[in-house]
Amino acid sequence: MKAGSRLEQLLTRGEFVATAELGPPKSADIQLIKRKAEILRGFADAVNITDNQTAIVRVSSVAAGKIALDEGLEPIIQMTCRDRNRLAMQADILGAYVLGLRNLLCLSGDHQSFGNHPQSKNVYDLDSIQLVQMFKNMRDEKVFQCGEEIRNTKKSEIMEPRMFLGVAANPFGDPFEFRVVRLAKKIKAGADFVQTQCIFDLPKFKRWMQMVVDQGLHEKVYILAGIMPIKSPKVLQYMKNNVAGMSIPDELIRRMEGAKDAKAEGVRICVELIQQAREIPGVRGVHIMAVEWEEIVPTIVKDAGLWPRPQVG
Amino acid sequence: MIVADQKDITEIIAMTEGYRNILVIGCDTCVTVCLAGGAKEVAILASGLRLAAKASGRQVEVHETSIERQCEKEFVDALHSAVKGQDLLISTGCGIGVQTIAEQFPQIPVVPALNTKMLGLPERQGVWVERCQACGQCILDKTGGICPISRCSKSLLNGPCGGSQNGKCEINKDIDCGWHLIYERLKALGRLACLEEIMPAKNWSTSRDGGPRKVIREDMCL
Repeated sequence: MKAGSRLEQLLTRGEFVATAELGPPKSADIQLIKRKAEILRGFADAVNITDNQTAIVRVSSVAAGKIALDEGLEPIIQMTCRDRNRLAMQADILGAYVLGLRNLLCLSGDHQSFGNHPQSKNVYDLDSIQLVQMFKNMRDEKVFQCGEEIRNTKKSEIMEPRMFLGVAANPFGDPFEFRVVRLAKKIKAGADFVQTQCIFDLPKFKRWMQMVVDQGLHEKVYILAGIMPIKSPKVLQYMKNNVAGMSIPDELIRRMEGAKDAKAEGVRICVELIQQAREIPGVRGVHIMAVEWEEIVPTIVKDAGLWPRPQVG
Repeated sequence: MIVADQKDITEIIAMTEGYRNILVIGCDTCVTVCLAGGAKEVAILASGLRLAAKASGRQVEVHETSIERQCEKEFVDALHSAVKGQDLLISTGCGIGVQTIAEQFPQIPVVPALNTKMLGLPERQGVWVERCQACGQCILDKTGGICPISRCSKSLLNGPCGGSQNGKCEINKDIDCGWHLIYERLKALGRLACLEEIMPAKNWSTSRDGGPRKVIREDMCL
């Protein structure tokens, strides 16, 4: 075991895992974190705590993660390269670890021009691959990025943060052929698990997975397929036109438009996608991204036949 | 070259408030090429300032001059006689020009007429694009001659982020994804294997992050 988190234990055991997402509030509203945690408890093996999602300021992922942990969830702390340099990132992983957090997802982060501080100065001291490499070296080589051992004095004991490390992969970004190379680089850098961009274009995802399997990458990393429940055809259309790196088939938009109850249809699509993704060789779980619609996660998990969730220890 | 463009005229007019003898100083180098601060632009700016002064009933004398390079003290020294009697200098040079003039004539205030934008090239008539961020440690050998520091919006070093689509950057569909360009170039050169290597964390100490930079060529020093 690298970190011994519940997520790591279940994946190692061969369980088909389900992770979800908890977006921290845009205010100091601790109750919102607790309410979302209450909804998700028992329905996800681990929960991503987003980090200034879409470059909008929110409660920090480490702080919200600690609250979620106290509420009985297992958090996956997200960390973007946009807002911190290597000093802050290493300080935050030490901080997350001492608070009992055991999973961390390394991301480049959406550019700040999308968020509520477009005039801010971004950082990007490291990229996501260098970030996962730095954290892996902290865990396995027990050294900081500068090469110094992780201890207070030369005589004191080495105490490294031990995290199960995740990365994101977008099978729909361009250049398409490079996406598998990029995943291979992330694995080489030290990724233990991967959560993909949300999948609407199943054939393209299958093509990508085939390339992943052909290179044997699925045996080196646990791949969780990203799934997003959609409330209306308008949302899908918006994402198709405005969200970079998404592939959304028109057929899916037409299906949503034709539905009497769009929300229910969105859930049905989501459940079907989970079931189809489960059949794809190399897929070891799903990551359900119900952005600001956490209440739907229990229904999806139940309808997809993924409930109750397995226990550990 | 250094690319700059002129500030809004109202902003420049506001800087001249309270001054009577003003000298507008152009630069015949980069800012002339990018049509922002050469002799022609100096003339236009000076007449704009005269008109503005007249319209507001102020007594103002606006003089004009241009020198070869505002960034070099030897050239700036040639301004001594023109500067005499002026109580405000307006530089249409880049930020380096403004500061060189300020250093050479510390007794007279100097203000910038331009915003210095970037190190770039003229792409087509009237369009300039950024190509270098002067980070002090060039990696163009590894990236097919295309700079990811200046051409990737996130200055990533290990390939395009998830937002790259149809060869365009996630922040704007009119901006090329620098990493897509690198990928295509290396593919054409048969050097895609370069991209499989992990490029290590960059040493930014040679960039802005190392404090104000200085280049010393011992062999050239007198």
